[in-house]
Order: sequence, then structure tokens, then C-alpha cells
Amino acid sequence: MAAAAARLLLRSVSSKDPVTNIHASLHNSFGVTLLKLFPSCTFKPKTQKRHAAHFTFHPDPVPTKYGSTMKMNLFQSVTSALDNTLSSDPTAVIFGEDVAFGGVFRCTVGLRDKYGKDRVFNTPLCEQGIVGFGIGAAVGGATAIAEIQFADYIFPAFDQIVNEAAKYRYRSGNLYDCGNLTIRAPWGCVGHGSLYHSQSPEAFFAHCPGIKVVVPRGPIQAKGLLLSCIADRNPCIFFEPKILYRAAVEQVPTEPYLIPLSQAEVLQEGSDLTVVAWGTQVHVMREVAAMAQEKLGVSCEVIDLQTILPWDIETVCKSVVKTGRLLISHEAPVTGGFAAEISSTVQEECFLNLEAPITRVCGYDTPFPHIFEPFYIPDKWKCFDAVKRMINY
Amino acid sequence: MILKMAAVRRMMKLYGLGFHAIRQQTSLRASRVPQQRAFHVNGAQRQQPFDSSVEKPQFPGASAEFVDQLEFIKPNVISGIPIYRVMDRQGQIIRPTEDPQLSKDTVLNFYQKMTLLNTMDRILYESQRQGRISFYMTNYGEEGTHIGSAAALNPNDLVFGQYREAGVLMFRGFPLDLFMAQCYANADDLGKGRQMPVHYGSRDLNFVTISSPLATQLPQAAGAAYALKRENSNRAVICYFGEGAASEGDAHAGFNFAATLECPLIFFCRNNGYAISTPTNEQYRGDGIAARGPGYGMMSIRVDGNDVFAVYNATKEARRRAVAENQPFLIEAMTYRIGHHSTSDDSSAYRSVDEVNYWDKQDHPISRLRHYMTAHGWWGEDEERAWRKQSRKLVMEAFERAERRLKPHPDLMFTDVYEEMNPGLQKQKESMWRHIQQYKEHYPLDLYDK
Repeated sequence: MAAAAARLLLRSVSSKDPVTNIHASLHNSFGVTLLKLFPSCTFKPKTQKRHAAHFTFHPDPVPTKYGSTMKMNLFQSVTSALDNTLSSDPTAVIFGEDVAFGGVFRCTVGLRDKYGKDRVFNTPLCEQGIVGFGIGAAVGGATAIAEIQFADYIFPAFDQIVNEAAKYRYRSGNLYDCGNLTIRAPWGCVGHGSLYHSQSPEAFFAHCPGIKVVVPRGPIQAKGLLLSCIADRNPCIFFEPKILYRAAVEQVPTEPYLIPLSQAEVLQEGSDLTVVAWGTQVHVMREVAAMAQEKLGVSCEVIDLQTILPWDIETVCKSVVKTGRLLISHEAPVTGGFAAEISSTVQEECFLNLEAPITRVCGYDTPFPHIFEPFYIPDKWKCFDAVKRMINY
Repeated sequence: MILKMAAVRRMMKLYGLGFHAIRQQTSLRASRVPQQRAFHVNGAQRQQPFDSSVEKPQFPGASAEFVDQLEFIKPNVISGIPIYRVMDRQGQIIRPTEDPQLSKDTVLNFYQKMTLLNTMDRILYESQRQGRISFYMTNYGEEGTHIGSAAALNPNDLVFGQYREAGVLMFRGFPLDLFMAQCYANADDLGKGRQMPVHYGSRDLNFVTISSPLATQLPQAAGAAYALKRENSNRAVICYFGEGAASEGDAHAGFNFAATLECPLIFFCRNNGYAISTPTNEQYRGDGIAARGPGYGMMSIRVDGNDVFAVYNATKEARRRAVAENQPFLIEAMTYRIGHHSTSDDSSAYRSVDEVNYWDKQDHPISRLRHYMTAHGWWGEDEERAWRKQSRKLVMEAFERAERRLKPHPDLMFTDVYEEMNPGLQKQKESMWRHIQQYKEHYPLDLYDK
């Protein structure tokens, strides 16, 4: 099920880049020809054109301390991290559905040719098997990098992640562990992914002691955080915002480097209001901060949480003590979302500093819809409105 | 709509061609690479090459001929896969060529480990009835499957179990004190008192710690076997599970992954007729578990689980071939669960006492091996009496030591969640101690290590 759906989505994602995917471009031009041949099927740009992206990617400054850099998008920076790992760690293996030919999102392109089919290989189509196999490989002494094709399809492996991976070290008194396991999965909305190619399941995992959950906001973070997940001695889930795979491009160091886990990053200092987000939503919030400054004269401090579990309480609370207001935003549904955890912790720690109720701008408590996506997501206008209300509180 | 369909079909054709090209390329590349022992590709070789010129089925999904008559394949459940047996119920070797010819010492060791496990079971079962430990699961009737298979392995082969395989640890020399320490969750427990009783584990003895969720260990065993294969370390993995656990999705995953990824792994199913109260006819309708193996492309066999030599022979050969050929083997050992499922279960609620008695008195792995030893003049009433006394003493001494020992330090509740302790958890630990200092009279602090 996952594979077929993935191919469908892959075509639409990759259609922006005709050079790297011949199939997609063939299919596209063929489709266009068909449409032109059929007289009643004319283009109506206003209604037919897909809704514009809900965010603008903000590249980070070029990193200077890790040596030479290369222009990479997010999927290429993931490949670069995997390449670095396979070359330095002979036990490292990469597996999942369709990873051998390069992956449905191109994240493993070229790795099988470079490192061999015993190190980069397809598994049967079975998520509980992939994670169980990965745990076992880690227990057996390998560095196991498992791919779940979409975060939406990680739920069949929920038992292996929650009851097994997360508890391996604890329950054995540290006799055994699967700390060398990393699970990567494409994550978040993509414009047209509907119910099962859009989910952000991080909060389901945030309730599970023993695992780490990480989401990067761009190529530089993706590589550094993924390498940290792989090096970390605990099982990690690494969610890759798939809408950024091609859209986000920046200068990424070619050599390996680590960005520490459980550390939030303050991207922009501010004095009136703290905004916290992760993944794609960080870029939405950066835009909101600019709008707040321009239209309201409000100075926002923008924080990328980066690690969901265990999260960086200190950085967030320090910021709220300074600003007195906190806005948290995520794509996932609001009830039971991770913003609730952040909100109640900050309320406990910063009660005397808070000048307005902590506000959450999140997805609604519905499944992720297809045609209604523009109305569903917590876009910059919903967030901007929340800032306005908080400032006037 | 029609247009759309046409476009889709055209698209699929393009994709098909693409994939075909990839497959051809791969097979070409594979044929050029010299065959390595560790990574030969059985599956790809079995798949027939594409050749449009011959009038044969060209479907990539199976290698088969056409037939021109409609016929469904019938499952053969009346006359199933036969049960391999080396000795009869009186301990007589049936076919001399199948006799493993084990030395007297080896056989005595088998017998003593099986009976020692049985003695430990009786004492710990009773101790649970008296409320001295919280839970227990006996191994009655399945001692032969544990000892026979464990003896056929190398000591460094990695074991993944379910929970009714304590005999494997017993065979590998796990001390009685550590069995007891785990059940009592005292300060000597390697697992630091965190899991329920009988969830044993040992790093030194390559026995992966037991967990309660059923069948989760099957795909894990496949992964571990894959890692060992890549190490080229001449080690195998054995994975035990019951016939009930084989119904879990993870069993399907484990079988299929082990076969397609060519893992040196022995799946060892203990088919004892029941999953708690559920009889096998409510568990499956095929010919048991062994019949599923060939469906996954897995070499399979069914053995008499009350015949320690049959179990030994099958495991020995499976191990030899699994390591040499990098492929999984499935052994289904037919047994009967003589004891209750656990101390939280009264099995007379769902099965007859007569049935249980038959297996306990007339077809038991321990009594069968004893017949064999008696026939060889290796064991008599005197030895039996002395060993019974000695084994009971060994178990009781360990039992008393375990009971006297304090529980682990409460700080150990917070360690090993992650490799390192994160600040949030550190804070929770401190908060617990602040609370306990203030309310110490309400907590059993004196029972715990200080």
C-alpha cells in the first residue's frame, strides 16, 4: 500500500525537477498533450493551478566551521549524511521499502552502487518487520538505519517502537540495547498528500520514554541532526519534512558534523513574544515574526525546537521569562499535540512571567484533508492573528 | 475518465519498462560479480529470466507452468507434515542411523538440566502460590525442547526467546541464584528488578532479555542474524516462540524477512496445543506452523518435542546449514503444555485432567530420557534418589539466599531509560526523593538497597 501511494506522490513532487526523473517528465508532457488534444478540457489557471506554497524557505547562513560546502536540497543533505555514515562505519546498513534504487524521495540515490547491496537493500513491504529487523540488527552489533516510507505508515511499527525499541535498555538492566537504531521517515504536509501522506505523528511518540524524536527545518540541520541521531546511543526517530526535500536549498558541509540533540535553536532574538515551532512550520513562523514586526511593531523571538523528545525546556523557558508571551504552532492536530506539553510545562515554570495565555495554533482535530488543505494548516495568517490577539490581551 | 484511464495505463507501461530495465541490469551485474559465500542471492537465481520468445508464463511474481484446467490447491491437514522421532516412548532408538550417539556424560547432563529445571519450577510455582513472588510460568512438558535445541547450538549463538525457554539458560549454565534474583527482583538481578518474573536475560550467555509482547522477537532475530552474517562470524541465531505467537503479524514479518534477506536463523516453534485457553483449532486451520515455512521459501521440519534426541538432531542440522548457506530454518516441536499457562491461570477451566495426565505420566520428555539412560545402564533408582535430593537442596539454598536479599536501590528506577540521564528525568528523580524524605513512613524503604 505504501509503495504504490508513494510512487503517486513521488511523481508530483519530482515533477519540479525534470532532469533527475525521466519517468515523471515523460508522463507530464504526455498528460499535457492529451489535455490539449481534447477540446473541452481547457486550462482554467485560476481554479486549476495548485495553491501556492504556504511558506517561504529561509536558508541559513553558510556554515564556516565544518570545511567545504556544497549546494544541497534536503534530500541531498540526507544522502550526504548517509554517505558519510556508510563510509566511516562498516557495520552501518540502510534498509526499507524501495531504498535500493534510490528511494521514492531520492534520499538513497547512489548509495547501493557505492557501498554494496548487503548494506543498502530493500525489505519486504512490512513496517513492523522493518523496525523489528532494525532493532535486531542493532542488538546484533550493526548501525541500523531504517526507512519508513511515510510517517503515516509508521503505525504498524508502533508496538516495535514503543514496547520494544524504547524499552530495550531499561528492561534488560542495560545488558542489551538498540541504541544504534535510527528510523527515518518523510513527514508533514506536502500540499496534496491528504490523509496518509501528510501526517505529523511526533506527539504519539513524545509520550514514550526511551526514544528520541527529531525534526529538522532545512538541509544543514537535516544532515547534522541525522548524523547525531545515528551516532546517538539511543533509538531515534528522524522525521524529514518532505515538502522541503526539493524546496529547501542551502550550502551544506560535505564532511560529517554533528548538531546536538535536545537543544533548541534561537533563530531570531526578540523581546515581546516567543514563538516555538519545528520542521516546515519554523519557516512559517519566521514570516509571521517579520509580519508582526512590520505591521504591529512586535518583536518576536523565534525558536526551532528541533528535538521533540527529550525537548529543551531550558531554552524555551528562558525565552518566555524574557518575553512573557508564548505562541506554539504545529501542523499536527491540537488535542494531544506536543504544543500541549510545552504549554503546560512553561505555565508551570514561568507562571509569574506570563502576561497572556499561552496560545497554540495547530491543525484542527480532524484527519488531514485533501482539497481543504489550505484551510486546514496553521498558516501565517492564523499565526499572525494569534500574535495580534496575544499582544492586545 | 477514459482519457485518464489511458494515461494511467500508458504511465504504468513506462514504469513497468523502467523497472524491467533495472531488474535486467541488476541480474547482469549479479552474474558478473563472483559469488561470495556470505551474500549469494538465492531468490534472484530462482526467478526465471525474462524471455519473450518462449511460450511460457513470463510473470515476474512466480516461476510456474500454465494449466488448462481449473483446480484449487487443497491444504493437506489430515495427513500433515510427519513428526520426526529418534526414540520411542520407552526410550528405544528406532533407527540406529539416526542415533546421535551422545556420550554418557552428555546425556546425563541433559537429564540433570531437565530435572533441575523441573525442580526449580516446582519450588518457584509453590512460592508464588504462597505469595512470595508475584508471578511464575513453569516449563512442564517442554524441558526436552529447551535442552535438546540448546545442546545443538554453539554457546555464542544468539538466543531470542518468548518466556518458556528457561531450560536454554539452564543448559548454558545460568546460575540458580540469578534465576531466583530475577524472580525476586532483588539487588542481584541483572535486569535491576524492572521486569516481571521469568523475564530472564544474560549478556554473557548470549540470551537476549525476554519481553512480554508476543512475537516481537521474531523480526528482531532476523535483524540480528543479518548483522551476524555481515560480521562473517560463523554464528547463528535461534528464535523460540509458541504456536499462538505465530499468529501475530510479527511472525509473518520475521519469516518473510529472514527468507528474503537470507539470514542464518533457526525459528523454533513450541507447539504445545494451547495459547492460554485457546486450543490450536481456534489458532489456525492449516497444518500447524511447519506447513507455513515452505510458503515463505523456508526449509522446515516437524519434530517430536518430547524426544530430546529428535530435537537435538534437527537443531544441529538446521544450525549447520543455516550458517553454511545463510538461510533460515523452521523447526516445529510438537509438545503438550502440562502445567497451567501461568500462575494467573487455572487450566482445568478449559481442558480435561485426563488429557493432562496422559502427557504427564505416559509421554514426558524427562521420563523418556530416563528410560533411555536406564536401558544403557547409566542411571538407576539410587542415582535418581540422590540427584533429586541434591537438586532440591541446590534450588532451596538459592531460593533462601534470594529471599533474604534486599531489593535494588530505588534510583535504578530512573537509569537506563536512555543511555544518559536527561535533565528532565534527573529532576523527577530528585523530586521523588524530596517527597520520600517527607513521607518515608508510607514507603517500604527498609526493603531496598541504600
